Amino acid sequence: MRHCRAAASTTGGPGRRQVLRLAAAGLVAAALPARAARAQAVSGEPPRRGGHLNFAGLAASTADTLDPARFALATDYIRGHMFYDGLVTLDADMTPRPALAERIESDDLRTWHITLRRGVAFHDGAALGAADVVYSLARHKDPATASQQRAVAQEMAEIKATGPLEVQVTLNGPNVDFPSMLGLVGFCIVREGTTDFSRENGTGPFICTEFSPGVRTSGRRNPDYWGGPAPWLDSVDMTGISDDMSRHNALLAGDVDIIASVNPRLVRMLRGRGFGLLESPVGTYTDLAIRLDQGPGRMQDFVTGMKYLFNREQVRDSVFLGFARLGNDQPIAPENRYFAADLPQRPFDPDRARFHLRKSGVMDSGVPVLCSPAALASVDIAVVLQYAAQQIGMDLPIRRMPADGYWTEYWMKTPMGFGNTNPRPSLDMTFALNFASSAPWNESRWHDPRFDQLLLDARSQRNETVRRQIYHDMQVMIHEGAGICLPAFTTSLDAFSPRVRGLRPSQAGQLMGYDFLSHVWLADGAA
Amino acid sequence: MSAGLARLVARRIGTALCSLVFVVVAIFFMTAALPGDVADMLLGQNATPAAAQALRHSLHLDQPLWLRFMHWCAGMLHGDPGTSLLTGRPVSEMLAPRLYNSLLLAGATTVVSVPLALLLGLACATWRDTHFDRVMTVLTLGVVSVPAFLIATVAVFVFAVQFRIVPALSDIRSIHSVGQFILTFAMPVSTLASITMAQMIRMIRACMIDVFSAPYIEMAVLKGVPPIRIVLHHALPNAIGPVANAIALSLSSLLGGVVVIETIFNYPGLAQLMVDSVMLRDVPIIQSCALLFCLTYLFLTTLADIVALASVRKGRGA
Repeated sequence: MRHCRAAASTTGGPGRRQVLRLAAAGLVAAALPARAARAQAVSGEPPRRGGHLNFAGLAASTADTLDPARFALATDYIRGHMFYDGLVTLDADMTPRPALAERIESDDLRTWHITLRRGVAFHDGAALGAADVVYSLARHKDPATASQQRAVAQEMAEIKATGPLEVQVTLNGPNVDFPSMLGLVGFCIVREGTTDFSRENGTGPFICTEFSPGVRTSGRRNPDYWGGPAPWLDSVDMTGISDDMSRHNALLAGDVDIIASVNPRLVRMLRGRGFGLLESPVGTYTDLAIRLDQGPGRMQDFVTGMKYLFNREQVRDSVFLGFARLGNDQPIAPENRYFAADLPQRPFDPDRARFHLRKSGVMDSGVPVLCSPAALASVDIAVVLQYAAQQIGMDLPIRRMPADGYWTEYWMKTPMGFGNTNPRPSLDMTFALNFASSAPWNESRWHDPRFDQLLLDARSQRNETVRRQIYHDMQVMIHEGAGICLPAFTTSLDAFSPRVRGLRPSQAGQLMGYDFLSHVWLADGAA
Repeated sequence: MSAGLARLVARRIGTALCSLVFVVVAIFFMTAALPGDVADMLLGQNATPAAAQALRHSLHLDQPLWLRFMHWCAGMLHGDPGTSLLTGRPVSEMLAPRLYNSLLLAGATTVVSVPLALLLGLACATWRDTHFDRVMTVLTLGVVSVPAFLIATVAVFVFAVQFRIVPALSDIRSIHSVGQFILTFAMPVSTLASITMAQMIRMIRACMIDVFSAPYIEMAVLKGVPPIRIVLHHALPNAIGPVANAIALSLSSLLGGVVVIETIFNYPGLAQLMVDSVMLRDVPIIQSCALLFCLTYLFLTTLADIVALASVRKGRGA
């Protein structure tokens, strides 16, 4: 993690200024170092070309897809980065960097002009043009596409081509964070008119050689990749092994070179056998959402009491075995550059919890806490919470629901239940999608007109200092007002064999923001 | 084959067909009763009612149940199991490679386990209550009682991780020679075979002991017939019916009941496809998988019954 902070400070500063200058004055945000040069700068060892890498992710099923609109799981995101490119990519500290877009400019933060990189070719040889970008972005708004990004895409009111390599996007309102939004892997660029996604036709670093949903995705190096000299690997095989033991055994036996989602209990054994561990400080969190519009959550004292009832240190140390950072009942992780560090950490305080819960009069309401294996570690966190409740004489029943159907049948539909949220590219998206009054995933049904107003203010705010202050205030408001108990942010753990080089932690997601395949190389590859 | 036997066999096949019709109807309406549908699963967190309705319409999921049943039956009669709701690809195209993989694994397991089980089962029955029989009894009961995932996981840890003799995953693309075939299939086949064999040995032993207590065996022993001849010529032909049934029952689960093995060895077979499809509510695939499993079961049990009928007839005729 220390390593990550160092990496972030070397690349984050100048990049951030450029993007902001771009937003504020409508200037250029290009002229960035190529991916490859950055990779080399960090590790010090020159990358080698060649070799074959086997990777095992957490899940594979017939839902595996090459359709960017349907990417839903980490393995989909990795597959997306293999074969496609976005207009921007997110850096290790979530700064958007130009990829297929050379420049993204706006004068009023509402109408954005995107200029595409020249000379980029799809895998079928066709040249990238404005029509491809218009098609790729607009299709998310069509209900028949069943896009995972539909809620986000609704913000783009109009998308049109203004030249062979120029696209103009008009938003519903000003949003300075629009470039970050384009960094979502779902918004990567496909060829215009593509409806059959049984084959890929992207511009990405690898060309698909085999795609069998639920079994395997294979790719070979795209020799004409615009972002060259990367990727370094000649070919890649990706499978999903959902069984924990089998996935670890496959790495130990040498069948695969990298596995995603390592069990924290096996970290010491893996290290002892010479395997490398990648700890990525991603902002994923599992939270208890108490609905403020029904049940005991209508009493403010009940919510405050529950927040004091969380033993966050115990959650971090016994549930995540230390591979987590403490949460403070607001969704921004400590590594984020907008993190409200001066907001006092809410402690585990059984006395105050008892006081507030007694005052609310629902000490023994019998309202159950819903948890499920679907929400990462929520069953264990619920047990920690139940134990703390017992200590203050409160009866807190736990209902463990099956993973199958949890999100559609139970999540956000009961007075108290656990949810799990992955980090989003910008604070604006986190707030707009999870906390604003109109947010589709407002887990606690929290409504605060001042928060909604601050969200709009921040979007049209060009001054970085003012924006920082607004985001600070919004974190404080969630910490105080929303019905969200957020005990910890998880650290993503992935393991790799000693022959794999070039992996670095990223805030953008596990395995270098799911984009590791275009960065890693093999120690035994050709020179 | 006499006319009487032909009538019996025809009746047995008729019963199987009746079961098949019942199974088809049951499969369709049970899958229709699953909570949630593919629209919910595809949209996930984005499943607003309007979006889900639009998607349902485009997938024809808003048609009445009976109409969908008619479409499905008509398709099945033409040999067309439909298209996957999730991928839009024909079900047959998605099933074919998985079926091939499953048949390969089931076939290899059968080839290993049936002769061994027969041999050991006969041996146990012949040398009943000897040390050999007791050791076999303890072993078989032990294997039957231990769950498959434990046997498989321990085996992988010992042979793949510690000794590195075999791969931890069974990747059939890596097979280019007989040696590689054996290495790749060694772990899953030995795990599966040990479990099916244990069941078969127990049942074969019981059937044979039953036959051994018949008066004509006692007669043969008194006549001084050598033991090997008693087993092969007098006892075995009369036990073929129950033995065939025991083998059929053990083998019938090899196609659909091996999801644990497929998961542990990351082997892309039918069982895993079925489980995936249930999770994702990809109904046409669930239906086709369920139908395939039922067909296998019906085929094997019917075959065993016909063998039994034929052997009884022959026994009486002789």
